[in-house]
Amino acid sequence: MKAVLGLEDGTFVIGQGFGVEGICSGELVFSTQMTGYMEALTDPGYTGQILMFTFPLIGNYGTDLQNFESSGVHAQGLVAREIARRPAARPSVAEYFSENGLLGISGIDTRSLAIKIRSAGTLRAALITGNDDGGEAVRRARAAPQMSDLDLIGRVSCREPYRISGPGRRIAVIDLGVRRQILAGLERRGADIHIFPHTATPDEIMAAGPGALLISNGPGDPGAAITAIRCIQDLAGEVPIIGIGMGAQVTALALGGEVYKMMVGHRGSNQPVRHRDGSISITTQNHGFAVDEETLPEGCIISHRNVNDATVEGFDAPDLGIVAIQFHPEAPFFDRISRGIP
Amino acid sequence: MPKRGDIRKVLIIGSGPIQIGQAAEFDFSGSQACQALREEGIEVVLVNSNPATIQTDPDMADVIYIEPLKAGIIAEIIRKERPDGILSGMGGQTGLNLTTELAEMGALEGVEILGTPLDAIYQGEDREQFRDLMNAIGEPVPRSTILWSTKQIDEAIRKVGLPAIIRPAYTLGGSGGGVAHTPDEVRRIIEIGLARSRVHQVLVEESVAGWKEIEFEVMRDSNDTCIIICGMENVDPMGVHTGESVVVAPILTLRGDEYRMLRDAAIRIIRALDVQGGCNVQFAYRDGDYRVIEVNPRVSRSSALASKATGYPIARVAAKIAIGLRLDEIINPVTGTTPASFEPAVDYVVVKVPRWPFDKFKAADRTLTTAMKSTGEVMAIGRTVEEAFKKALRSLDADMKRHRNPNEIKMILTAPTDERFGCLFDAFRAGFTVDEVADLTSIAPFFLEKIKNIVDIEEKLQANLEPEDIRVARRYGFLCEEVQALTKKTAGEIEALSGTPTYKMVDTCAAEFPATTPYFYSTWEEECELTRDGARKVLILGSGPIRIGQGIEFDYCTVHAVMALREEGIEAHIINNNPETVSTDAGTSDRLFFEPMHLEDITNILKKDDYYGVMVQFGGQNSVNLAMPLEAEIRRLGLSTEILGTPPDAMDAAEDRGRFSQLLSRLNIPSPANSSAYSEDEARERAREIGYPVLVRPSYVLGGRAMEILHDETELEAYIKEAVRVSRAHPVLIDSFLRGAVEVDVDAVCDGTDVLIGGIMEHIEWAGVHSGDSACVIPPQSLSPSVIARVREYTKEIALGLGVIGLINIQYAVRDDVVYVLEANPRASRTVPFISKATGIALAKAAAKVMVGRRLADLGIVEPELGHVAVKEVLLPFNKLPGVDTVLGPEMKSTGEVMGIDYDFGRAYYKACTAADNLLPTEGNIFISVADEQKEDLLPIAQKLRELGLTLYGTSGTVEFLIQNGIETNLVRKVQEGSPNVVDLMRTGKIRLIINTPADKASRQDHMRIMRVAVDYGIPYITTLQAARAAAMAIDAIRREEITIKPLGHYHGRA
Repeated sequence: MKAVLGLEDGTFVIGQGFGVEGICSGELVFSTQMTGYMEALTDPGYTGQILMFTFPLIGNYGTDLQNFESSGVHAQGLVAREIARRPAARPSVAEYFSENGLLGISGIDTRSLAIKIRSAGTLRAALITGNDDGGEAVRRARAAPQMSDLDLIGRVSCREPYRISGPGRRIAVIDLGVRRQILAGLERRGADIHIFPHTATPDEIMAAGPGALLISNGPGDPGAAITAIRCIQDLAGEVPIIGIGMGAQVTALALGGEVYKMMVGHRGSNQPVRHRDGSISITTQNHGFAVDEETLPEGCIISHRNVNDATVEGFDAPDLGIVAIQFHPEAPFFDRISRGIP
Repeated sequence: MPKRGDIRKVLIIGSGPIQIGQAAEFDFSGSQACQALREEGIEVVLVNSNPATIQTDPDMADVIYIEPLKAGIIAEIIRKERPDGILSGMGGQTGLNLTTELAEMGALEGVEILGTPLDAIYQGEDREQFRDLMNAIGEPVPRSTILWSTKQIDEAIRKVGLPAIIRPAYTLGGSGGGVAHTPDEVRRIIEIGLARSRVHQVLVEESVAGWKEIEFEVMRDSNDTCIIICGMENVDPMGVHTGESVVVAPILTLRGDEYRMLRDAAIRIIRALDVQGGCNVQFAYRDGDYRVIEVNPRVSRSSALASKATGYPIARVAAKIAIGLRLDEIINPVTGTTPASFEPAVDYVVVKVPRWPFDKFKAADRTLTTAMKSTGEVMAIGRTVEEAFKKALRSLDADMKRHRNPNEIKMILTAPTDERFGCLFDAFRAGFTVDEVADLTSIAPFFLEKIKNIVDIEEKLQANLEPEDIRVARRYGFLCEEVQALTKKTAGEIEALSGTPTYKMVDTCAAEFPATTPYFYSTWEEECELTRDGARKVLILGSGPIRIGQGIEFDYCTVHAVMALREEGIEAHIINNNPETVSTDAGTSDRLFFEPMHLEDITNILKKDDYYGVMVQFGGQNSVNLAMPLEAEIRRLGLSTEILGTPPDAMDAAEDRGRFSQLLSRLNIPSPANSSAYSEDEARERAREIGYPVLVRPSYVLGGRAMEILHDETELEAYIKEAVRVSRAHPVLIDSFLRGAVEVDVDAVCDGTDVLIGGIMEHIEWAGVHSGDSACVIPPQSLSPSVIARVREYTKEIALGLGVIGLINIQYAVRDDVVYVLEANPRASRTVPFISKATGIALAKAAAKVMVGRRLADLGIVEPELGHVAVKEVLLPFNKLPGVDTVLGPEMKSTGEVMGIDYDFGRAYYKACTAADNLLPTEGNIFISVADEQKEDLLPIAQKLRELGLTLYGTSGTVEFLIQNGIETNLVRKVQEGSPNVVDLMRTGKIRLIINTPADKASRQDHMRIMRVAVDYGIPYITTLQAARAAAMAIDAIRREEITIKPLGHYHGRA
């Protein structure tokens, strides 16, 4: 099947399509991770974006449903140099895409596109499968709405509250597109998890009697998480608040800080983050916005910075019992919040 | 923590000679460490016995010692130099072992061990300590148990499971052990094992054969920051040493969760070992379950591979960590802006394939096991696995035998040998399915699918061809030449369809950040990252994988050519495919192409930019062989690029026996009677004319491959069939063999007007032993001034007569005061680095400068008068290759070299022997056995050894002769005469040196058995009388005077 990927700057590349015939559009972003492609594709944080992997071989071990970060693929489309035709396990990525009405393109020079994005910044793009009309793809790319104009959170947040019972600390989660690994990390530590849709009010949340409130990761512009911002503003100081991923940006906005759109963003599993005690961890990240450090109110302390570009990767507001991190948490973080800190 | 102020002077120990299992990677890591420390203002003292290394170059360290790597000698150096620290992890296992020895003997008082702590060295090396540590941190190791009696068998099986590996304790080479798949097999093997074991003890261990083998290169700093530089996956499953496996990077078949599980384990392990620097961790993995197999708490061959695979300079960063810098305080030199505290991301696939020496050792056991047999390796980069496989196989530069018989294919696939990887292709060509091949080999179907895809493309090209198929084939790494052969289309048609390859950068970050390091590979994509910039540039051909006959010496020359060009203001670009080397360090040249060195790969680069010239002289015979075809191709393409230095036609004039003979007769220079023959009949006739013994070989030889001394027509007939098959395109060369002649080697540089003689080396062994295997000495010890004058004169005449511009190596044989020319090679030779270290003349640099138009007269190099003596001795691989004949002959067998330097021959030779692990005894027993015709020559040597107080032993013939001549000798039984015999004496450690020269065919068996025991028990041995004479002189010298321990600069008047 033919396929073409057009960019808003007028360039287009032709490759082989897989999945179903169709058109999708969104921001073209790239991730440098070399494994865990399904975790990324099913991360609700990629909603509204066309995800390109810089590693050329995608799909080597098929579709590992057990590692999905949500119920299915959230990226609008997949761009890769090569998709394994006969992977070690079934279904293959191409089969999964066909069965689930998804679109992808392979056989193209992904490195040249990564370099383009690196220098020009994130670009809107359109992927057409079953057709190689480059002009059309470019037109579609230019017509694609800007990320901030889309209600992406509404697409991925749960519709109704639900609960994962446990004997431990009760944690309320505002689901802006929460990754399963976050819930699983809490569940493994026995947390009693109450998950709320993004529209949940402070009263609804407090009615559950939470020991902490977690604002989850999610897609798009954090400014769109209006209700969550209100919840934080209302509940700060009353209940400890933990912001993860976009949840960290939402928390910053709630405290009166500002966020900005990054030129390229951080996407991959090799992002070095320095904690304020000097220790460094390699983290998995997926964010295109960042917290503007200058705008954070007094009482906020930067806890983590990216080692490469010094951007804010985490902050605390100790007086309000707030911690926020911009990267995917690892075991120690889950240990900490399940033990009741903050 | 920032750099430590208390560390001002650091000692680095190199890894010594190139040997199987320890190759050029430690020159690469040691050189990086030297540079990294000196950048931080640290004074570096370096010790290595290998003169062919870049790290022993005067510019690399502040103080350089070329001395044997023995704890006693290094302790003396420490006493003299008083370093603050010793960097333990840069010299391979040799470096670590010496560090522990030094610590145990108390020589490290006041010297801090930097990088790898002493405990970690023990924990990495000692199986018990390793097991205890892993148990303590909850990391699984293969289950095992020790048995003393057959009664414990059931319990053992319960504990370990089946299949199990059974290893009797204390039997040499694991004899009596094996893999058992059923309880009955376990019982049978254990019974035998218990009987064989000296201590009646058998280890039963869980078998992980067939599991995936996964490796991680991990780094850690003093702040406990841990990062994974590279994960690697072995294509050959567990059971084959990772150095013997085809390896891919990054890991391709593990899911994200599986990867994270092993990654986290690797980090827990480096933390537990408390290593500050680099560490290699190996896992066996299957279905969610893993075992920690091995940990190397140091830089290694794998870390060199990981550095080249990702662009991340592990050794450089490890050295900085060792003096206290944190990863985030070190800048990643590839991006120049981001810190070193990140995990590299790649956007390509890397494949490593080992290079084995079985083309030279036909009798060796080719089975690949957990011990290494390969001498070197190649690495290839592609955007698909197929492309990387194709490029790697091309880089090997080895003839691949095609197998067509399905039974034979099945046999090869069943047991891992050097042939198996190539045979996977044959299996699919013969119609095997992926499942069948996976069953036979336990190789993951993922990799087999890729190989099958290559075969499918071949078939498509042969059958109903679509233009798209050609494009696809090129994208998957097929050469134009291969497509031509399969499709019968012309090169022009194919190029019109497929275009030319693009070049992409290796940048450590998968394009996330702009990179400045000019490290490139070719692939077939849309965008090429090379741009024409108008700079004056030269492409230098490297030497590819290390193999016998083409070792690290050529990498040394390549790097020197780069330095010379840079001094001349010319951009130096390198093409090479050996991941171990300094030349493939992206920081070495102005541009690095990590590529195969097939003609097409080279011309593709020349097409992309305006190259002023190509240098073929420094990469060894392989790159010289490319001179003629490359010149033709440059002309065909109408490029302005020149082959720099000696014109290809002059190279041919030296290689072509007929043309060379004409030149010699014109110059009136004697050479042994010689001829060439194209058929068996012709060969027989020519040999008869010349007179036996004759030296025969195919033309265009590398390291004396397939070269032999033949004594009669029967031997000739047997040989000629093999040789003609080896090289059909070229004739067989037949030379008169000068028995008893002294061989002399000369390296010189010629600029067309003047000739600079770098050095005249006298061989210790007589002509007939390959020059690469012979020890040699500079300056000559036994040659008369008139002979030396003639050697100089001939060298000048030949260099000028051939029209050499650059390097030339000439081999002479001297007998009865006549100097014969054996051969001339207008290229860098194996001895260039030795000469440079012995004399202080940077010969390769001078050559490179001459090749770009400089005059020798302007370079201001003077031949020094040497007040010292330097001896080169070789390292032979017999201890690594069971079954190989240990006799030296015209086929080269050595893998590496060492240098001994001192103020007289005896001490220099003693040092060289010591450095080559052939420690000459100053007291104790020597066993002597020589052939009848050599007995007369033995007399003075035996006399000398007796005078020196050594006790002589021998078998009947030798003993009788020596006693008749008044030399006291003790009789010992021959092996076939029953016990106690010579082998028993050797086994019980009563013999300190063996002098055993190859004898007639009848006693050959005995000789081989003695040599095998000598190799297995590490007893020093000598196989030529000339070496025995030198040894006697050395023992004499060492008993009279201590060896000199002075820095190299001291001999060259620089210190």
